[in-house]
Amino acid sequence: MKRVYLDNAATTLCDKRVVDAMIPFYTDKYAVASSQFSHSPGIESKEALDKARETIANKIGAKLEEVIFTSGATESNNMAIKGVAQANRTKGNHIITSSVEHRSVREAIESLEKEGFRVTKLPVSNEGFISVDDLKESIRKETILVSIQYANQETGTIQDIASIGSVCNEKSVIFHTDAALSFGRLPIDVKKEHIDLLSITAHLIHGPKGVGVLYIRDGIEIVKCMYGGFNEFNKRAGTENIPGIVGFAKAVELIGPEEIKYIKKLKKRLYDGITKRLDAVQLNGTQKESLPTILNLTFRFVEGESVILHLDMKGIAVITGSACFSRSLEPSYVLKAMGLSHEEAHGSIRFSFSRFNTEEEIDYTIDAVYDVVKKLREISPITPNK
Amino acid sequence: MPLPYSEKVLEYFKHPKNVGKIENPDAKAKEGSPACGDMVTLYLKVDEKTKRITDIKFESFGCASNIATGSIITELAKGKTLEEAKKITWNDAAKELGGLPPVKVHCSVLAVDVLRAAIEDYEERHGLIKERVKTTKEIVFKRLKHVMNPLVGLDIVKTNIVKDIEIEDGTISVMMDVPRDHQFANNIEEEVKERLEHLWDIKKVEVVFEKE
Repeated sequence: MKRVYLDNAATTLCDKRVVDAMIPFYTDKYAVASSQFSHSPGIESKEALDKARETIANKIGAKLEEVIFTSGATESNNMAIKGVAQANRTKGNHIITSSVEHRSVREAIESLEKEGFRVTKLPVSNEGFISVDDLKESIRKETILVSIQYANQETGTIQDIASIGSVCNEKSVIFHTDAALSFGRLPIDVKKEHIDLLSITAHLIHGPKGVGVLYIRDGIEIVKCMYGGFNEFNKRAGTENIPGIVGFAKAVELIGPEEIKYIKKLKKRLYDGITKRLDAVQLNGTQKESLPTILNLTFRFVEGESVILHLDMKGIAVITGSACFSRSLEPSYVLKAMGLSHEEAHGSIRFSFSRFNTEEEIDYTIDAVYDVVKKLREISPITPNK
Repeated sequence: MPLPYSEKVLEYFKHPKNVGKIENPDAKAKEGSPACGDMVTLYLKVDEKTKRITDIKFESFGCASNIATGSIITELAKGKTLEEAKKITWNDAAKELGGLPPVKVHCSVLAVDVLRAAIEDYEERHGLIKERVKTTKEIVFKRLKHVMNPLVGLDIVKTNIVKDIEIEDGTISVMMDVPRDHQFANNIEEEVKERLEHLWDIKKVEVVFEKE
């Protein structure tokens, strides 16, 4: 059966060239990275680590010692939020975030709330934007941290990070952003955008799973979460995942200048193709300030799990924000925060793209979506004028 | 790993049976609502003399287990008398389908309930119904047996998570043995309310969760 993978916002295919770059660090150069006073294999590993760090530092405009390797964006988010909150406890107990963050941010902050931190969750507009004015007004003298995502994992809505960064900078509040979905998709400059902490991960840009980075601006106080050695500038202990780190850097190097343009074209092709053939399709998110990799649509009058099951039978992998699909039987909190009704979330489907998708796959998907939605609308009691 | 559905569920999902509308039905019913997720409608044609179901059709705004259960329940009910059809249970449907994942049980219960509701509608229209009775604890418990505990796929009464029920001045308070931050708390609350709010002598339904 034909396979069309359109769940690239969950994870991506690890590029063969990335795997090739990693293999020697399992089979041949497997020593731990250690100081210059160590044995030669250790120094070789250290060089590979430094080189990878440089690649990633350059990509986001950071200094070498500001790039900390972690096990992924979830760890980076936890480390940033809990580490900064604990280190700045004496200065204040107030944290500001948005209502549409990834679970790793959301739940890390909730864990702090249980410890007595106060939290303001900023609402979002129906396109998914927070208001920078809301943010300004929410900052008080106890505020120690603002954590607002770069772009949304379900709808692709991109926040005005530069403005958020300068507000935080003016008010001397630490600013963390989860950039897992936007890294490699949008240009990021941590200095220009006044970002103090930034979480990214390899597996969303065709790198390996299990490796990420937390950028920590020089001078930001953070409590160590992982103890057991001086690794990563004494900020995160544990033997470095050198093959993963090398793979991460390789994945960054492989992002070509044409890639984003190409993915944008795929997204537009799918959107145009579907909306031309089906009515009562609503875009969840926004046209302009949206990631090229994510398209979230609601097909009115049908239920999302039914849609994705049918699509799966045709070899197409996508996800839905329907309550029927979630582990808590509740519709996506992101869509709910954007003001979508239960019914609208019920029929929402997220398509997410990568450079490995083809135009032919998109056309196949348009046909499949058309067939499935048409069929389900025929049996739905709420479809008007069947 | 295959999908969490049996082959039969998937087969009925792919090729649902008895879907659509019946023009001028003898009875019809609707369970659930688009606002809270799944919704299913059902239409009946009944032979007035024999009280046999001669035609039955359903429509679903729901997930796979809802569509599959609707198919099986209509197949089971077709040709049966109303009294026989009343006795079809969710268990019968689930057995025919080769089982359902626990978390999905609540979606399929809707399809069973809509059949009963349609039969009641028929009885009401044909003057077969007795007087309206006052809502009692017993009636509430009976209704709550249709609310599933998604964790295990059994109803909330059988799984002992309903601690107690109080009825006073048109308000039902349902005391739950689960905390507010339970994975399915919101879902259970929504379904409990949906089951009870339509009772004719009830104005308000409260779901009280355990204190943390």
